Amino acid sequence: MEKMPKWADAVLVPLLSLLMAAILSAIVIFAIGEDPVAAFKLMVDGALMRSAGWGYTLYYATNFIFTGLAVSVAFHARLFNIGGEGQAMLGGLGVALVCLYIPWPHWTLAIIGASIGGAIFGAAWAFAPAYLQAKRGSHVVITTIMFNYIAYSVLNYLLVNVLIAKGSMDPATPKFPEATHLPTFRDMFSTADTILFRGSPANVSFFLALFACVFVWLLIWRTRLGYEIRAFGHSDTAANYAGISAVRITIVTMLISGALAGLMAVNTTQGEAERLILNPTEGAGFIGIAVALMGRNHPVGVFIAALLFGFLYQGGAELALWTNIPRELIVVIQALVILFTGALDNMVRMPLERLFLAFRRKEAR
Amino acid sequence: MDFTTLLLVLDSTVRLATPLLLACLAGLFSERAGIFDIGLEGKMLMAAFFSAAVAYATGNVWLGLLAGIASSMALSAIHGLASITFRGNQLISGVAINFLAAGVTVVVAQSWFRQGGRTPSLEGASRFNPIELPLAESLSGVPLLGPIYHELVSGHTVPVYAAFAAVPLTWWILFRTRFGLRLRAVGENPESVDTAGVSVIGLRFAAVAIAGLLCGIAGAYLGTALQAGFVKDMTAGRGFIALAALIFSKWRPWHALYATLLFGLLQAIAVRFQNIDLGGFVIPVQFMEALPYILTVVILAGFVGKAIPPRAGGEPYVKER
Repeated sequence: MEKMPKWADAVLVPLLSLLMAAILSAIVIFAIGEDPVAAFKLMVDGALMRSAGWGYTLYYATNFIFTGLAVSVAFHARLFNIGGEGQAMLGGLGVALVCLYIPWPHWTLAIIGASIGGAIFGAAWAFAPAYLQAKRGSHVVITTIMFNYIAYSVLNYLLVNVLIAKGSMDPATPKFPEATHLPTFRDMFSTADTILFRGSPANVSFFLALFACVFVWLLIWRTRLGYEIRAFGHSDTAANYAGISAVRITIVTMLISGALAGLMAVNTTQGEAERLILNPTEGAGFIGIAVALMGRNHPVGVFIAALLFGFLYQGGAELALWTNIPRELIVVIQALVILFTGALDNMVRMPLERLFLAFRRKEAR
Repeated sequence: MDFTTLLLVLDSTVRLATPLLLACLAGLFSERAGIFDIGLEGKMLMAAFFSAAVAYATGNVWLGLLAGIASSMALSAIHGLASITFRGNQLISGVAINFLAAGVTVVVAQSWFRQGGRTPSLEGASRFNPIELPLAESLSGVPLLGPIYHELVSGHTVPVYAAFAAVPLTWWILFRTRFGLRLRAVGENPESVDTAGVSVIGLRFAAVAIAGLLCGIAGAYLGTALQAGFVKDMTAGRGFIALAALIFSKWRPWHALYATLLFGLLQAIAVRFQNIDLGGFVIPVQFMEALPYILTVVILAGFVGKAIPPRAGGEPYVKER
């Protein structure tokens, strides 16, 4: 008999974890002398009450969908990919090279090219940690962290010395050509008399992210490879007996994970900045960890969790603008979500399981 | 490069290696007991802020140090609770701790000091000041050894000497005491320790607490000695370099000293020389900055001898029933 019904595991546990993170965050806000209720209202106002706010929320959510999917695909094979940050940075490089050096006639073609560029560069950055894990047993957590730092140095070097726009002091590439610019939500949804999503960066790559969700769902639950990934994640020895190659699964899973993280750059680098800047990821790679944990590694869950973090990100920017609460409050919330949904999962789960068992016993009697 | 420059580089090597060394020894205790700790970075950062903040408020650096240690140990307690008591994923717990520290320090700093997430500059008794060792001044005239003693050995702050003293102490605790033997056993084979009637949970909590203590000193050193106050994200990946040094040293105290000195030297060179010109071929500063991480990957790949971590590392202990 299962200890808990499935819905409780998928919905109740993350919700309770989120609630505890929210309560603790409220205490933090209260402790620094601000009003938690007013702060929450301000966040909702700024992130959800105007279409421009939604434009930012969805823009951030797009990033977090990609990085969240990246982390969760790796989690299915029981690999912890902390390297989303570095992979997304390199993805940015791929996107920038594709946009700068290939003369695209139209954005519809450019987005395909940029997606391929970003995915390949992201996957390439995940390859070395994947290979070392599979072949030499070097722990993928440590190597991906190292590769984050190396990615930053590589990008820093390339932007300062190679790709920098002529005559500019700012370490960034030149602006991408007009034809590669992606249509924003404002371009797509505004009518002649009402302008929606004014000045917000959400763009067509949001739909690319939705597509990625469907792709990951199909991959994990509807293909042989996905089955092998999950089997390997559940028990590598059993997978080995079933003839599934540990080396192949580790490398392929990490490549897919890195490619998903790299795709994030289509949204930030091609969609928003329209050039490659230093630190194009702004920590989105790490937020993917919280998103994947909260979304229970399922694309639907990742999508919802990404929306939530998009809201937190945009709401946090509003807070920083209007109150004395800095943006880093979001980092605290992010940490608490990781802590409760990831590390302290058992603390939430154990009492719940006991509760459900007690109920069942009563029913049985 | 002349002798004075060499001395200056080595001097800053010692200063830059100190936080790495303390954090590395912290990780050594924790991982030898079977608890992975990628939260070294966060613990140092937390301690850096609270030590600088309390030192500023009280004007006493020792109170600052205590506050730093307390805040770092509080994070250790969370790590212990998550990874020992509730048998959660130690890596995820470490990641959470890093973010918690990165967020809390800036939020609280902004609320207390309103200077954009930093503490005001510390001076006088609210900092660790250099200590002149005896005879440093009078011996500085002696050729070769005099300047070495004067510049390199003398004139550091208390945490620097503490860090170097911690190396033999760690060795002695781990390899010459009953506690150390049990601590190492609990990281290799917790069942055997349990069978012998010694508490696995107690030992692991002790190890995590020691790690908190050492990270606390490392953070306080960063905030009150190496720099005059806390700035946002001031640990700048030192926790991960320390982790790299730990793997490089294969979880041994003396080797930890050598590894952190090496990484400290790399940092000192990167700070001192921007781009290194090797006769036509220029090594960019970014490469020097990335070198500790590249080295770690090379070592992890096993090209320079295989690094084998403690066997029970990362696995929560479940008593046999």
